[in-house]
Amino acid sequence: MDLSLSEQYQALQAEIRAFVAKHGHKSPKVGGGRKRPDQKTLDWQKTLLEHGYVGRTIPTEYGGAGKQPDVMEAAVIAAEFARANVYAGLTNQGVSMLVPTLLEVGTEEQKRAYVGPTIRGDLIWCQGYSEPGNGSDLANAQTKAELVDGNWIVNGQKIWTSSAHYADMMFLLCRTEPEKSKHEGLSYLLLSMDSPGLDRRPLKTMTGRSEFNEVFFTDVKVPESQILVGRGKGWYVANVTLKHERSMIGDAGKMTARLEQLIALLGKTEIDGVPLIRQPEFRDRLLRLQGETIAWKAHNLRLLTEAAQGIDSGVKRMIIKYGGTMLGFRLSSLAVDALGSAGLPFESAGEDAEDDDATTWNIDYMYDVGLMIGGGSNNIQKNIIGERGLDLPREPKVQTAAAVGRG
Amino acid sequence: MEFGLSLEQRQFDDSLRDFLKDRLPMEQLRALAEPGGGYDESLWNGLSQLGLHGLIVPERFGGAGLGILDAAVSAEALGFAAAPVPFAGTTVMAPLAFMHSATEAQQDDYLPNVAAGEYRIAVGFAGLAGQTGANNATLDGAKLSGTVTGIMDAGAATHYLIYLRDGTAAVVEANTPGVTATQHRALDRTRPLVDLRFENAPAEILSAANDKLQAARTVLNAGRVVLAADTLGAAQTMLDRAVAFAKERVQFGRVIGSFQGVKYMLADCVTALEPCRGMVWYAGHAQDSLPDEASLTACHTKAHVQDVARDVSRMTTETHGGMGFTDLLGLHFWFKRIAFNRQILGGPERCRQEAAELQGWA
Repeated sequence: MDLSLSEQYQALQAEIRAFVAKHGHKSPKVGGGRKRPDQKTLDWQKTLLEHGYVGRTIPTEYGGAGKQPDVMEAAVIAAEFARANVYAGLTNQGVSMLVPTLLEVGTEEQKRAYVGPTIRGDLIWCQGYSEPGNGSDLANAQTKAELVDGNWIVNGQKIWTSSAHYADMMFLLCRTEPEKSKHEGLSYLLLSMDSPGLDRRPLKTMTGRSEFNEVFFTDVKVPESQILVGRGKGWYVANVTLKHERSMIGDAGKMTARLEQLIALLGKTEIDGVPLIRQPEFRDRLLRLQGETIAWKAHNLRLLTEAAQGIDSGVKRMIIKYGGTMLGFRLSSLAVDALGSAGLPFESAGEDAEDDDATTWNIDYMYDVGLMIGGGSNNIQKNIIGERGLDLPREPKVQTAAAVGRG
Repeated sequence: MEFGLSLEQRQFDDSLRDFLKDRLPMEQLRALAEPGGGYDESLWNGLSQLGLHGLIVPERFGGAGLGILDAAVSAEALGFAAAPVPFAGTTVMAPLAFMHSATEAQQDDYLPNVAAGEYRIAVGFAGLAGQTGANNATLDGAKLSGTVTGIMDAGAATHYLIYLRDGTAAVVEANTPGVTATQHRALDRTRPLVDLRFENAPAEILSAANDKLQAARTVLNAGRVVLAADTLGAAQTMLDRAVAFAKERVQFGRVIGSFQGVKYMLADCVTALEPCRGMVWYAGHAQDSLPDEASLTACHTKAHVQDVARDVSRMTTETHGGMGFTDLLGLHFWFKRIAFNRQILGGPERCRQEAAELQGWA
């Protein structure tokens, strides 16, 4: 057991602290819902890129800092930004999912075209995965693309497409080989959201903002070269993307930062002149959450160590999404209870507005529920924990009419 | 940075677990539990050969000189086996009390005997620990009087070490005039509770600490972390057994583990329990190396692990259906061990209250 940072990481820590002291005031606010980065966020992202705190391991020729991947460096950076409550850079789907995928399997031309603008925040991506008929069963995608005269002609519909209403591009999972099996019939295309025939309809969510969209494709033309890897390789590429998503360590820094904000909120909020932190019922809830957060932080240190040692953490990793979203919700729940009636009159005030405490916590409180549903719902997570983690048997398959028909 | 157990720690853990598995099959556990004394000479001597008794005793007194993290890892293994062994009090808190409260000469008198397993010193608190019951011992010179109830790991004690409210420690020999020990079989039959009544009992006073109260807290913190680790081990046994049972038991033509109702309950158990292991390690490490965090992590770990384990003990018993409720499976030994640990050295409510005080919130 050694929790001390070696000299190299202490130096990085000191460097970031100095950076935060000098530039921290320029950071956009942490938390709240997703929105297109405003100028302040873009400027901040540029500053972070220049210092190598984002895009750290991306090769310099594509706009990154070109450092070797180092789990511990990434953890130190995340921890320092969380500690200072400073925005740690864009974590949208382009940055977190598409860029690592492109770097792994993209062509030189694709990397040069997309990686730089994406990590700068100039190019915003959305993910064309879920469809009305398949949410959790991703490989069953039915949106189809046919190759006609050097163009893919795309028809179909996607749903729950985060950020599509302001995105510039989409990475799309679609069916190009209908005669092949479910998994071998898919391809992965990169297309412009301004393509004629593409219709995006924002789905207003419970937060009052439009975080999701339905996207309709009617004979949308996509140049043949805009495919990743090749025909029928969509499932392979989607799994490369998922692997990068899964390799992101559970965000204990976010929980710790939230707990700190919560302690401050309960310290400054009063009912009948007594701070909530001195009122036993509120204090007990806070203390329970503090205990949970300490456990969560320790668990993440354990995962981090195993990741650095190249050990597959198995069930310990599988619990992260379910456990993390639930803890996050309990934290934001206490925050909205602390805000109480004074927190109720709030406007979600459009995506470009600076958020106040009430807006940030209320939106987090609702958005946390969305996080339990998206990205593999928590019930799917419990299946994964039970079946892959504890080796419990799967639910018996229901024979569908189609399966019976195929014999 | 490396957050995990060293190779040596894992090897010791493996040998301890192998030993306990071999020595404590269910029939043996039942036989040892029935009298409720919490002690078996042959088991104790076997653990001595593994070097358990001197685990945290400094090397110059014949021990291994290891820390509370090591003790926590061992406690998890003992809890996993529901072992009737007076570990937390005798092997961890008592030597720690001497290391923090006694003079070098006193340590030299006692610690080699502790490391050899010859002295089994039970530790009690007259107040401080947040236990219910009567706790009002006082000192008059070197004579101890009053009552301290609910002392764990005291069934086969050779000595009692009592921390008074001001942090002074008084060591009294068992079987001495003026000392009346009443042993109760407890809910957890693998460990009894002892009530002590003193009437001008001759005591050896340990008052070498610069800050007596802090020394007492250090011992209390370690005890809490070790009990939390024991609880974690017990809860892990219950979860492992429930998972195994859910893979075998067939109802409605299916093994019950394929039903989402059962599967999700077990997924909830592992999601809550697994982070407790990191928490116990962190708290153990904090006792050894992070003095600023020692008290807060001890309080939170005792409280949180006990709360999680209560849910796990309930859900895993439920998974076993009616059989879980019977005596036949013996699952109740672990259920009761968790329930016992919860009430000793302060329950979750008390521990969180102290956590609030530590942070100036009370």
